[in-house]
Amino acid sequence: MPTFIRLADGVFSLAEDAFTHVADDEGLPPGDVIVTLTRFQADGEALLSEGRKVGVRLASDEEVEVLAYDLPRIAVVALEYPKYRDGRAFTSARLLRERLGFTGEVRAVGDVLRTQAGFMVRCGFTAFEPADGSTPEDWQRASQRFRHVYQRSADGRAPAYVERGG
Amino acid sequence: MYRYDTIDREMLADRSAEFREQVGRRLAGDLTEDQFKPLRLMNGLYLQLHAYMLRVAIPYGSLNPTQLRKLAWIGRTYDKGYGHFTTRQNLQFHWIKLADTPDILDHLASVDMHAIQTSGNCIRNITADPYAGATSEEIDDPRVWAEAMRQWSSLHPEFSFLPRKFKIAITAAPKDRTAAKVHDIGLVVRRARDGQMGFEVIVGGGMGRTPYIGSTIREFLPANRLFSYLEAILRVYNRHGRRDNSYKARIKILVAALGAEEFARQVEAEWEKVGASVDLPDTELARIRGAFAAADFDVLPAVSEAHERAKAADAAYARFIRNNLKPHKKPGYGIVEISLKTVGETPGDASAAQMDAVADLAERYGQDDIRVTHEQNLVLPHVRLDDLPEVYAALKAAELASANINLVSDIIACPGLDYCALANARSISVAQHIAQKFADPDRAEKVGELKIKISGCINACGHHHVGHIGILGVDKKGEEFYQLTLGGSGAEDAAVGQALGPALPYDKVADAVDTLVETYLRERQGAERFLDTFRRTGVAPFKEAVYADVH
Repeated sequence: MPTFIRLADGVFSLAEDAFTHVADDEGLPPGDVIVTLTRFQADGEALLSEGRKVGVRLASDEEVEVLAYDLPRIAVVALEYPKYRDGRAFTSARLLRERLGFTGEVRAVGDVLRTQAGFMVRCGFTAFEPADGSTPEDWQRASQRFRHVYQRSADGRAPAYVERGG
Repeated sequence: MYRYDTIDREMLADRSAEFREQVGRRLAGDLTEDQFKPLRLMNGLYLQLHAYMLRVAIPYGSLNPTQLRKLAWIGRTYDKGYGHFTTRQNLQFHWIKLADTPDILDHLASVDMHAIQTSGNCIRNITADPYAGATSEEIDDPRVWAEAMRQWSSLHPEFSFLPRKFKIAITAAPKDRTAAKVHDIGLVVRRARDGQMGFEVIVGGGMGRTPYIGSTIREFLPANRLFSYLEAILRVYNRHGRRDNSYKARIKILVAALGAEEFARQVEAEWEKVGASVDLPDTELARIRGAFAAADFDVLPAVSEAHERAKAADAAYARFIRNNLKPHKKPGYGIVEISLKTVGETPGDASAAQMDAVADLAERYGQDDIRVTHEQNLVLPHVRLDDLPEVYAALKAAELASANINLVSDIIACPGLDYCALANARSISVAQHIAQKFADPDRAEKVGELKIKISGCINACGHHHVGHIGILGVDKKGEEFYQLTLGGSGAEDAAVGQALGPALPYDKVADAVDTLVETYLRERQGAERFLDTFRRTGVAPFKEAVYADVH
């Protein structure tokens, strides 16, 4: 079982992952599933009507806007990092939170490293499948490394210019 | 000058602590070099041919004496007694030990300096006019905006893993000393007819393998909407810039592929959605602006007797003044450029003693202000004309009085094969050979403004594409050859140079430059610069002369 870390109320902890990632050529297991966008577009209705929770996994070149009208029915949006250097998912996460109003789980999957923890949290991710064997404690520390931030983002932290305004 | 407050300082302290821990893990063997690489690259630490190179950020090229002395001290303590000023107004130490880097970063942080985002695919150090606050040409002080952008871009959560590196330049003067049109974004401060301040936004300039002059995507962006507009540009780029080929990943390739109009349309559409929530409040801009409030200038006569006397008495002083002194906005003051292009030395290098000497001068005569230019020189922006003779004498004693600003020996060169793992050919020694050809200062002055820029490989760190004469090192079956280009410019009349002809071997380059210059002197009409003559005549007479000589 890969490590699954969840962020809730500012605390990172190991969590039981209720969801199963399902590839397009795999049969469907019972229970909650995370499927690709293609599969969601084909079978989403049917899956949801079975009463299970459904998550959608977006490749880094798939734009979150395609999910705009489905978001209220989706439990998880999993955003892929094919390589840690591919930063498109940071934009996707921010748009999910800030523009599309998504309040469910935004999960980082793929080449997910603790060194990105601070950035991911700031962009609105709340769940992580780290690829580097890092622990919730590592993530806690990495995400709290900086006492201040300079920009507004999806986490609602007050940027420096607001702090200065007192 | 902007002074870091507690928040700015705690940001640096936190960053420094993070890096110390990462280096510790690397030294303990918990991280492989492969795993460590992305971490060190986020802190400006490169592994080069002989050692680690640490690139220190000098935000918008602005330093105070304490900072420059600290750089000198680091050079003396951890390097070989010098540092190298770069074309991005930064400073590089080329002989660094990994184990020392956490301490170096702490020492830098102690004077409000850092190496954040001097490498990696993120928003790099902001380039600004080195004459900011001193030239009468400017509409506004661009440092205000550069500092605001420094903060906004630091550890930006969304834009730290872009398709490729991202460079922004800002100028507020018609004479562009920042190479704005060959940056990913160039901002030129403008005033609308009604007096409102704003920016012309130029996007997609760049050098490297495929040089482009940037396109204006907005003639006038109201100043208070800068940050939402920048976020819109960066977001369109982050989403749509190519990631399959690092040579085609800069924003210039996206802008060229879409066309500037379509790119602008996408940015405008995104900007509308971004809204004003990320724009900086006027109160914060006012706070930053206050920090750059005009220095306390005395009311002085426009003519200084001491200065005039020295000019009449000392021909070398007069030459220095002709070439290195630039007009200041206040009567009785001048902008002094300090050349780091002494003939025979490495362009951009300064010894620790030289850095200390410049710091002393800034303190005694220069309102504690020092600038770095993208042409790898230093500037004392506010010097009283009365003090110039003393300043000149001190510069001369520090071997910093080369009177060659903008002349043929004021050459930009990348570190090249002497240091860099990417280089195909040497740059520094080529620059030295050319400078020696023009060591006679009378001849150099007769030639006038001539910008030679040398890169040791196609990555174009030496900006060869925009040299009046550009020189590019290439590898031909293991031998160093050099491709010459003519007619480039990185200034307000920006252009990409045009190839002269077949590449030349290492030992023919300086002679070829000599021939180009002689051809120019023969062809020039009136007060034409080399660039003007070339633009009038085209490449033919130059080509003929160089290749007639070679064969």
